[in-house]
Amino acid sequence: MISQLTKTEREIALLLTILLAISGSILGLMGRGDLLGYHGALLAIAGYALTFVLIKDHFDPEPGPKRIEKYYDDPIKVGIVLAIFWVVIGTFVGDWVAWLLVFPDATFDAGWASFGRLRPVHTSGVIFGFGGNALIATSFHVVQRTTRARLADRVSPWVVIVGFNLFCLMAASGYLMGITASKEYAEPEWYADIFLTIIWVVYFVLYMRTLARREEPHIYVANWYFLAFIIVVAILHILNNLAVPVSFGHAKSYSLFSGVQDAMLQWWYGHNAVAFFLTAGFLGMLYYYLPKRAGRPIFSYRLSIISFWGIVFLYMWAGSHHLHYTALPHWVQTLGMTFSIMLLVPSWASAGNALMTLNGAWGKVRDDATLRFMMVAAVFYGLSTFEGSFMAIRPVNSLSHYTDWTVGHVHAGALGWVAMITFGAIYTLTPWLWNKERMYSNKLIEVHFWLALIGTMIYVFAMWNSGIIQGLMWRAYNENGTLAYSFIESVAAMKPYYVARAIGGFLFFLGAVVCAYNVWKTIQLPAVAAKNPDKPPLPARGSPTALSAAE
Amino acid sequence: MLKNHAKLERTAIGFAFAIMLVASIGGFIEIAPLFTISETVEDAPDMRVYTPLELAGRNIYVREGCYACHSQMVRTLQDEVERYGHYSLAVESKYDHPMLWGSKRTGPDLARLGDKYSDEWHVAHLLNPRAVSPQSVMPAYRWLLRNELKANDMPLHLRAMRKVGVPYTDAMIANATADTYGQANPDSGAADGFFERYGFDSNSRYFDGDKRKVTEMDALVAYLQILGELTDAADQTAGAANLENDAEGATQ
Repeated sequence: MISQLTKTEREIALLLTILLAISGSILGLMGRGDLLGYHGALLAIAGYALTFVLIKDHFDPEPGPKRIEKYYDDPIKVGIVLAIFWVVIGTFVGDWVAWLLVFPDATFDAGWASFGRLRPVHTSGVIFGFGGNALIATSFHVVQRTTRARLADRVSPWVVIVGFNLFCLMAASGYLMGITASKEYAEPEWYADIFLTIIWVVYFVLYMRTLARREEPHIYVANWYFLAFIIVVAILHILNNLAVPVSFGHAKSYSLFSGVQDAMLQWWYGHNAVAFFLTAGFLGMLYYYLPKRAGRPIFSYRLSIISFWGIVFLYMWAGSHHLHYTALPHWVQTLGMTFSIMLLVPSWASAGNALMTLNGAWGKVRDDATLRFMMVAAVFYGLSTFEGSFMAIRPVNSLSHYTDWTVGHVHAGALGWVAMITFGAIYTLTPWLWNKERMYSNKLIEVHFWLALIGTMIYVFAMWNSGIIQGLMWRAYNENGTLAYSFIESVAAMKPYYVARAIGGFLFFLGAVVCAYNVWKTIQLPAVAAKNPDKPPLPARGSPTALSAAE
Repeated sequence: MLKNHAKLERTAIGFAFAIMLVASIGGFIEIAPLFTISETVEDAPDMRVYTPLELAGRNIYVREGCYACHSQMVRTLQDEVERYGHYSLAVESKYDHPMLWGSKRTGPDLARLGDKYSDEWHVAHLLNPRAVSPQSVMPAYRWLLRNELKANDMPLHLRAMRKVGVPYTDAMIANATADTYGQANPDSGAADGFFERYGFDSNSRYFDGDKRKVTEMDALVAYLQILGELTDAADQTAGAANLENDAEGATQ
């Protein structure tokens, strides 16, 4: 893997891994009486192991001068493999916790196996482990292809991939041990947050430097989304995680904010993690792989501009719809609701732009499961953004909030949109990256497609039912004017839906396993001459390419 | 507009700055005014801080991820007020770093759980939820009774809380460890001056029923028993008493 690095780059990499080993050791020593010690040890072991690899191969022959004529894809391959690793782990743990609600005693009397500790392993595993690795990998791929520039250097992509996955490991292992800041989707503690901030700055700088080297005059729309994803996630992450650690030897910290401010910041973060991690980044993916796979230009350049700036501007107001009827000032709730409804415009503009792009390629959608993954993703994107705007309306929210309806909504987005577009991108990208004629088995893609779609449908329908029943039972009155149901009756009523949800989740997990197997077998196929040649010559000015807009 | 945008697309740094600017507006307008909230929200002069034992219990609540299934935020809806008690006031979570309002009720809201059940009920429920509530889907937390509570670093915890704005006094910080053990072991005399520091209506009991050691169960139950009890602000709001009376019997 380091054969692509020049001598200087190997030395920089060595310096960084030694730095990682030393800082891990220091953290481990400072936290030796605390759970923090384990994470210090984790970083130190990773640092020493990487240092060993770099020293072992240090004197391998250097790459020739031809290296700069090709795109740099090695870190992308690793990112794709890691994304698949995390989706299998993440959906497995997700289905596990789903079954825990059916069989609550299946915890082996151990803290790590209880719902509260496993649940963030699932959420972080799928959002950051799967989603994050997929975004990082595809952003590296897309930015090179759409700028016709090689990644700006060959060390920082590795810093991003390795560092980000160390963060994911710290997150997941920490929850099991009981390390959590309890902020939903931002559970890792202060030291992991600082670590991620450093990694993210490296990512941003690398992305900007690569854009700066572009040979295309214009920055293609997919890169706008990736850029928004990188920048805004940094802002959200830093502000929401401000905290004072108990000491530098403790994993535990106390949030800088409390009560209302903390709640507002948390859901400003939480909802925009949906917007900029789970939407903007994946729209970046969609804007490249969908037109490429369909062989059709993006339907409308104008729509893509409107929807991009609409999403960047409007989403940041919407977080307070998570706090309807709470102690948050009413005017903030109202603003959140209003902007959430307005969000439907750019969201449907994006979904519509994607679907209209498929006009003229519907035959391909029928025959090609990979493209169908992306089409269904766009449909689910449209459906779940509509549902989201609807649920943000205050009276609707009074019914849906705190119930499984929210869980169903999130999974319509996460399974139907985020995961499906990613699987589409993975099936498109894998043969290109590894220079294969095609995926190992198109049949298995077809199997995966139906497992994923049926699994998602079962899941979402189960949660719609349970959520609405819960909400209605909580607010039902009998003829005496008193509450009709005790809380526990509403819990008991959920049982069939919890079983159905766990079955739907299992089908989705099976699909992920099929995907892993298919990609694994594809990597082992004999390589062919690249079908998607590196750095094609610049098209003559004004001539349309696959990605230029139709209008 | 399209022409200008075509220009913007040609500069990476300009585009990055445009994203930062456009994305900052909403957050700024909604969040910045909340930091002046102390001027608009009713104050609660009687509000006390968490005792070290309760804070340790709160940290266990966080560690076990209880917030994933239990909210601590009664909304201003009739059925919620009848089920759980007076709707939550902003001031009631002003010492909550972080807040635990939650987002999901797989189990019921806990904002006003304090003093609703006996300590024995809580211990029995945490050891085996289905023993007291056959249809419950909550996991059992038996290790809480096995694990002795680590409290030697409680002064550091209180100091960190003071740094983020909770008014712990020097005496509270200095006595934090002794107060932790003393509150759960009232006959030991370890917590000399505990009531002077935290108020005479704070609880000091053998929360887990075991007089020999102070466990994580002691801390968690101590915390659960003061949920909603740090201030009487909610009770003083007009009409609250009636609603709370109605709520008796309707809960759970």
